[in-house]
Amino acid sequence: MAVAAPSLAARDVSFSYGSEPVLSHVDLTVGPGEFVALVGPNGSGKSTLLRVLLGLLPIQHGSVELLGTSPRRLRDRGRLGYVPQRRELAADLPATVREVVMAGRLSRSGWWRRPRQADRAAVDHALASVALADLGDRRLGELSGGQQQRALIAKAFASEPELLVLDEPVAGVDAESQGLFRDSLVHLVREHGAAVLLVSHELGAVAADLDRVVVIKHKVVFDGTPAELTASGVSLGVHREDLPLWLEGLD
Amino acid sequence: MAGMPWPLPWPFERTYMQLALVAGLAVGLAAPLIGTFLVQKRLSLIGDGIGHVAVAGVGAAILFGTSPVWTALVVAVLAALAIEWLRTRSRATGDLALALFFYGGIAAGVVLASRSATNTNLQPYLFGSILTVDAADVRLVLALAAVIVITVVVTRRALFSIVLDEEAARVSGIPVGVLNASLAGLTAITIVAAMRVVGVLLIAALMVLPVATSRLFARSFGQTLAGASGIGVVSVVVGLWASRAWALASGGAIVLAAAAIFALASLAVGVRRAAVGSPDLLSGQ
Repeated sequence: MAVAAPSLAARDVSFSYGSEPVLSHVDLTVGPGEFVALVGPNGSGKSTLLRVLLGLLPIQHGSVELLGTSPRRLRDRGRLGYVPQRRELAADLPATVREVVMAGRLSRSGWWRRPRQADRAAVDHALASVALADLGDRRLGELSGGQQQRALIAKAFASEPELLVLDEPVAGVDAESQGLFRDSLVHLVREHGAAVLLVSHELGAVAADLDRVVVIKHKVVFDGTPAELTASGVSLGVHREDLPLWLEGLD
Repeated sequence: MAGMPWPLPWPFERTYMQLALVAGLAVGLAAPLIGTFLVQKRLSLIGDGIGHVAVAGVGAAILFGTSPVWTALVVAVLAALAIEWLRTRSRATGDLALALFFYGGIAAGVVLASRSATNTNLQPYLFGSILTVDAADVRLVLALAAVIVITVVVTRRALFSIVLDEEAARVSGIPVGVLNASLAGLTAITIVAAMRVVGVLLIAALMVLPVATSRLFARSFGQTLAGASGIGVVSVVVGLWASRAWALASGGAIVLAAAAIFALASLAVGVRRAAVGSPDLLSGQ
């Protein structure tokens, strides 16, 4: 039986900023329909690894494949969804929630084309999946922080991605929004078969749904199931303080 | 132009005022479209800076006897692309490089013009001379404005995606570098198109003030764009009316009209907020 190609595959990836090494021989795969969390202490190279995987940084050593091809050669970008690390959105951004989410649809529809019925339907579905269906016509700045972040997640959902990469999507977000975020991710994985790579310091809301957890500290120090990780004494609630000493002691 | 003078009421009953009106409407419509994206990218003063550099183009044209508009256009576009390159690669020290561009540009323009044997005045290009435009000038302004409007209409969704989150836009396959460079180029084209209308030193106001007004009331980005253009057009009409009625400098009158509209709109929003007690639409105000 043929094994499906991984949605994301990083092989022997190393990266340095000048003379400072950040990543050392990292191997990471995410299979179709897999829900994988990437964790590590601050400065461990998580964000750098994401940027290399997504083609935002050049591959200095090793290889990366996104949906079967190198990041720079991936043409059908609608298959890839990305939620960058949450930053302060301009409170005076004069845009509705629906306009923001529709921006995520451009990779599917073509940025030069007018939205069509299928695009509007995808946006409505994305808004519903994050429980923002009633707030589509509100200005983004009128929403709470948690609601704004859900809007940005809906923006990534709107392209109906096969691979979704999220960088700290729920940092500082209220518990209700975290719960809704978990529901929408699980829906994407289970109903649409999407692969998800989630970088987060807070995995409590999704711990029961994860297939694998990958811990990095410049290199991969753990790659296994959540049960195997917690058996080593690490809580998935807020792992930053709970990382085992053997990890903190690594060079 | 064909059929002029058209049967329009005062103060637009004369041919020269109608030519000024057409040129002004084209710029009033197009400039705020570019300004909407510049304001959102926190680049409101880039238009002012490129205008300064365009003066060097005018000075060179005066010295060498070439067309001021086309020479300024080449210089402004090159400067805009260089500034965009600096912006994407420099950090805080980029401000110093920008200052070098801006003040070096206007100084070069003054020096070059002073070397001309014809002793041509720079003032019409600095502050506009809309009442002296001829049919050829108007056709050029219309053509440049058409380029701006058509490009914005085609690329506005992609540009919005970039101002929302440039990194996410890059990952989604939007050609961010090309579109940012295009926006810089369109800014330069707007500056040059407006050179005879309000002048290169005042055009930034016409790019920014209508946008600031529109954002007070708009409920969406689409409304912001349309509203800003509408307010730009109204500013031109009011400014030209005032310049004819009270013998005012037309470029300055148009910008003052835009400023007055913004002031009145801000006042109206403030009064409404005080009366209703509702949250303001702009944070920090």
